Amino acid sequence: MNVNGRIWLFGDDVNTDLIIPGRYLDNYDPSHLAAHAMEGANKEFASKVSPGDIVIAGRNFGCGSSREQAVTALKQSGVSAVIARSFARIFYRNAINLGLYVLECDDADSVFSDGETAMLDIDAHTMCSDDGSRRVNLTEIPNHAKKIIDSGGLIPHLKSQIGKRDH
Amino acid sequence: MTGRTIAEKIIGKSAGYPEAREGQILEASPDLVMSHENTFLVNKSFSELGKERPWDPEKIVIVLDHRTPANTTQTATVHSKIRGIVKDFGISKFFDAGEGICHQLLVEKRLARPGQLILGTDSHTITAGAIGAFATGIGATEMAGVWATGRVWLKVPRSIMINMFGTMPKGVFAKDISLYLAGIMGPSGAEYKCMEFTGELIPSMSISGRMVLCNMCMEMGAEGAVMPCDDVTRAWYQGHTDSEFATFSSDENARYDNWIDIEVDGLTPMVSGPHKVEAVKSVEKMEGIVIDQAFIGTCTNGRLEDLEAAAMILKGQKVSPNCRLIVAPASRDILTEAADRGYVQSILKAGGTILPPGCGPCLGSHGGVLGPKEVCISSGNRNFPGRMGSDIAEIYLASPATVAASAIVGRITDPRNVML
Ligand code: SF4
Repeated sequence: MNVNGRIWLFGDDVNTDLIIPGRYLDNYDPSHLAAHAMEGANKEFASKVSPGDIVIAGRNFGCGSSREQAVTALKQSGVSAVIARSFARIFYRNAINLGLYVLECDDADSVFSDGETAMLDIDAHTMCSDDGSRRVNLTEIPNHAKKIIDSGGLIPHLKSQIGKRDH
Repeated sequence: MTGRTIAEKIIGKSAGYPEAREGQILEASPDLVMSHENTFLVNKSFSELGKERPWDPEKIVIVLDHRTPANTTQTATVHSKIRGIVKDFGISKFFDAGEGICHQLLVEKRLARPGQLILGTDSHTITAGAIGAFATGIGATEMAGVWATGRVWLKVPRSIMINMFGTMPKGVFAKDISLYLAGIMGPSGAEYKCMEFTGELIPSMSISGRMVLCNMCMEMGAEGAVMPCDDVTRAWYQGHTDSEFATFSSDENARYDNWIDIEVDGLTPMVSGPHKVEAVKSVEKMEGIVIDQAFIGTCTNGRLEDLEAAAMILKGQKVSPNCRLIVAPASRDILTEAADRGYVQSILKAGGTILPPGCGPCLGSHGGVLGPKEVCISSGNRNFPGRMGSDIAEIYLASPATVAASAIVGRITDPRNVML
């Protein structure tokens, strides 16, 4: 899969309260969540993000609570992938289970700048600046996780498996 | 051969693969699974799978605690849907609004047992490691998968050993040790790892204190946190269960990524904040910061010992007129006992407000929500911007004793100066 999108750059330890504050969680509607996505970290994000955009961050992205609405808010905003130096464990699992690409990379946050557009090739796990001058390699998504994301998340994935088992 | 850690042993047992080693990805069967208000989301995904009932309703615990009693019509609707789900699936381990916080109830009601693999749709599920279980958080969709299949994939974590020894000084509590530890570890120092506790301090530490330490490991990024199972643990279950439970302990030659020694003798009360848990300093360095609100509660520090420590300080005193004191006990049983022992009276007479048992202010859902630029000192576990309301409010974390002392003065205060 290839996507061309604007880069939204964030630092280390972006926690789930910054991604989607707890006060918005009494409404489960994904578009309500998307309307407040990243509100704690960048107030412009929710209104300006467009489909295909790429989030790049430092270490420990998604730390804090287990709320999977953090993933829903980003996915519903149209974010195609989150690339970070590392992910907090529960956020990482939630992203896989909800079908959002999460890729580790040690230098994307120093190579790319906020606001520029870049080309992400998920199958080749690389990302390249628009003029082709800068390129980073991303860590491959483990096989079992990629299968789940490619099916669109855990539920579609299990459905296809349950289907197989029953026949 | 290298020995095995508790994490390796418990996950291995639950995966039917006793030889399990760190780094392996295994499919395990949890012994107990817990959800709160996000049961609504779990069920939404579960219903898409076309299964009539979860794999084992007896293993499911559901607690309404995050927005209780309901704060909005929307929440009330979610609560009644969850009550319907509970009925339809015949889930007997259900705790309705007002019973308490899920992590407290798992241990208090003896639902969590040593040696179990426990999953919860809440990051602080890790708290149940206090009784020698391996407990960890997952998301709602993943829980739907567990409801459907009874299984989950887990990567067996590497472990870090925390060795605590010495004598606790006056005015210093488990919370202060955990804040000190958070300062050393940072927010991702235990990423994907299990934090295991050992040392001569543990036998003198209550189940409550052990829960504080395990709970706060989440703020260091840990996948699990586990205390050894000892006489204190066995006494906890004495008379509460007739079924035997398996206990696990790490082998002496087990492998640890890191070994951290904490000698508690020199510790002081600690304060963390604002905005980052790892921004920890000794209370002396924070004294004098003016506060608008003091909050005692949460799954970290809303237990009887905590209310006792606060009541001892508040008895016969008055909360500063410039500050509000809010207390939310972690469960109904704690509140009842605190009332019987006179702690509630001391808190109320000092001018504090008692909220119903539940999470409330901790996540800014309702009751004690902070306005712009307000400053709060809390006995909870998170001080991220926006956590308790306005994202330009400031939250400091401390022990219940430090919070109570600060409430009286209206400024961050060293509890050792007001303790008798
Ligand atoms: S008390 Fe706070 S940290 Fe604990 S479960 Fe409730 S919201 Fe989460």
